[in-house]
Amino acid sequence: MAAPKKPPLPVILMANDLIDGEVVFRTATGWSSEPREALIAGNAQAADALEAEGIAEMSRNKVVDAYLVDVVLGENGPQPRHFRERLRTLGPSIRPDLGKQAQSVIEPRGVPHVSL
Amino acid sequence: MYRYDEFDSRFVRERVREFRAQVERRLDGSLTEDEFKPLRLQNGLYLQLHAYMLRIAIPYGTLSSRQLRQLALIADRYDRGYGHFTTRQNLQFNWPKLKDVPDILDLLADVEMHAIQTSGNCIRNVTADHFAGVAADEVEDPRPTAELIRQWSSLHPEFSFLPRKFKIAVTGAEHDRAAIKAHDIGLRILRRPGTGEIGYEVIVGGGLGRTPMIGKVVREFLPRADLLSFLEAIMRVYNLEGRRDNKFKARVKILVHEIGAEEFRRRVEQEFAALDGPSVNADPEEVKRIAAYFAPPPYEELPERSVKLSIAKAAHRDFARFVETNVFAHRVPGYAAVTISLKPIGGVPGDATSEQMRIIAELAERYSFGEIRVTYMQNLVLPHVRNDELFALWEALDAAELATANASLVTDIISCPGLDYCSLATARSIPIAQSLSRRFADGARQREIGPLGIKISGCINACGHHHIGNIGILGLEKNGAEYYQLTLGGDATENAALGERLGPGLAAEEVPDAVEKIVNVYLQERSVGEEFIATYRRLGIAPFRQAFEKGVEGDQHAAH
Repeated sequence: MAAPKKPPLPVILMANDLIDGEVVFRTATGWSSEPREALIAGNAQAADALEAEGIAEMSRNKVVDAYLVDVVLGENGPQPRHFRERLRTLGPSIRPDLGKQAQSVIEPRGVPHVSL
Repeated sequence: MYRYDEFDSRFVRERVREFRAQVERRLDGSLTEDEFKPLRLQNGLYLQLHAYMLRIAIPYGTLSSRQLRQLALIADRYDRGYGHFTTRQNLQFNWPKLKDVPDILDLLADVEMHAIQTSGNCIRNVTADHFAGVAADEVEDPRPTAELIRQWSSLHPEFSFLPRKFKIAVTGAEHDRAAIKAHDIGLRILRRPGTGEIGYEVIVGGGLGRTPMIGKVVREFLPRADLLSFLEAIMRVYNLEGRRDNKFKARVKILVHEIGAEEFRRRVEQEFAALDGPSVNADPEEVKRIAAYFAPPPYEELPERSVKLSIAKAAHRDFARFVETNVFAHRVPGYAAVTISLKPIGGVPGDATSEQMRIIAELAERYSFGEIRVTYMQNLVLPHVRNDELFALWEALDAAELATANASLVTDIISCPGLDYCSLATARSIPIAQSLSRRFADGARQREIGPLGIKISGCINACGHHHIGNIGILGLEKNGAEYYQLTLGGDATENAALGERLGPGLAAEEVPDAVEKIVNVYLQERSVGEEFIATYRRLGIAPFRQAFEKGVEGDQHAAH
């Protein structure tokens, strides 16, 4: 099987915490549930290093399903380009009271509600 | 209701203990995710977009008040105070922590429930008509059959590693309320013409997903006693010849399609003839024992008509409308089955809060012999309510905002969780359901439109049954954005049909207008008393497509 295509830069590393399943972001020192604390890899070398850390952390049984996610950088920190990953940084769009968006520091953004 | 015997209890407890040890070994690092994943899936535990998700089996959609209360307790103690009823009569919790799941499973075992075989390539939870034992058009209650299949298929060593998942549905009625033709195996209990003997019509190879198929009849009449050996013959043919080389071609529907229904039938009959029937089939005494658990509750002898009900209907317009849409005729005089819609206007289809669960459990105890049913339409049913007490029940439901009078109407929308929760989804589906629900919120207009099933899936796997929706909506992704394809003419009943694609995909905000145009064509063209699906069958897709394309073109002009 061909190696999966690398996402465009810059990237962050996202995963789910093993014990509680929460979406977590790789930081300079460990894992955080806050996307704004994510370590940003802006070049191929840094991205490879981040990816390698993800694999190592999975084998250390800290997280599951770690993979690189391409982001745009804004004033609130990195924001995934793809709507699926953006939803993972927020929570269900239909329940603003749940998920990361429900915690005070993160404003729901980027994935508009379907308002008709 | 079925009660666990000593064997059932021990089996479920042992399974919880086993999973508890597996979770411990996962958490201490002795098991890798690759090793653990199949084990957690066998216990209904998925990893979704935001968290783990636990899918709990509700066999044939029958729940007791005690069980529903326990689900409410789990929702409060270990989840976020709500649960989601699915199109396979299951319940999903969206936020459990891995470390808590063994405790949740123990709480489930306390009330004779589990999450076994709600995932993985095995025979899944067996579903049935939600009006089982209630409907006047029923030959026989399908639940004893479903329970027998549940016992036979639970941890069946030969069928625990099938090419792919396997879903069985059973109905005992003329009118199919269990979508049996969209299942791997659909069983319909019927009387043999001439003799009146009770047996099964056996349908195989239905299914939705990326290659939707309507099931084919492989046996017009199967004597009741031969059920398990015939099922075993089907499973053997599938297990041996179903494709394991390609996940997307591994369901039995593909095998039936590729070799043809006739050849499939021939192979099943050959296998069936070679099987030692008596060693496989259930002991008639055991069948009787199971059936006894589903004996009707102690109904009272009541008059057919309820004066109290007539008076209440005359005095309360909203109640009269609720009766019109959400009350189903019961085979026993003086009783009715009541659909509790989990589709409030603008709500999340199938979601119920722990508070609502407790209220419904309480009302079931007061008015329905402590029994609740889960429908594949993602609603709940109180199956045995006295006509005299319908008004009191409605008042209590209304106070809890559970009296939405829309069963089978245009706002009774089936929707999978979609990309708001599901890691397989390509687009969100719940917000589409909500926007359509708001668009058609007006009750008078809904009643004018009449029965019309909208079904929405957030990916081609079709958990939201879009192929068999009168109007089906499929959420996909193109160039990094969500878009939606509409199909028309799908039907989940005994006249099962797959919908036909209407035209190019739409952005989310265009969907309500498009659906409204379809509805308007129907309202213009229908004959007196003709339901949407009948009008569609009479006219074909052309007039609908014309209106749809006009809309799409108009929008494009406006955009340029």
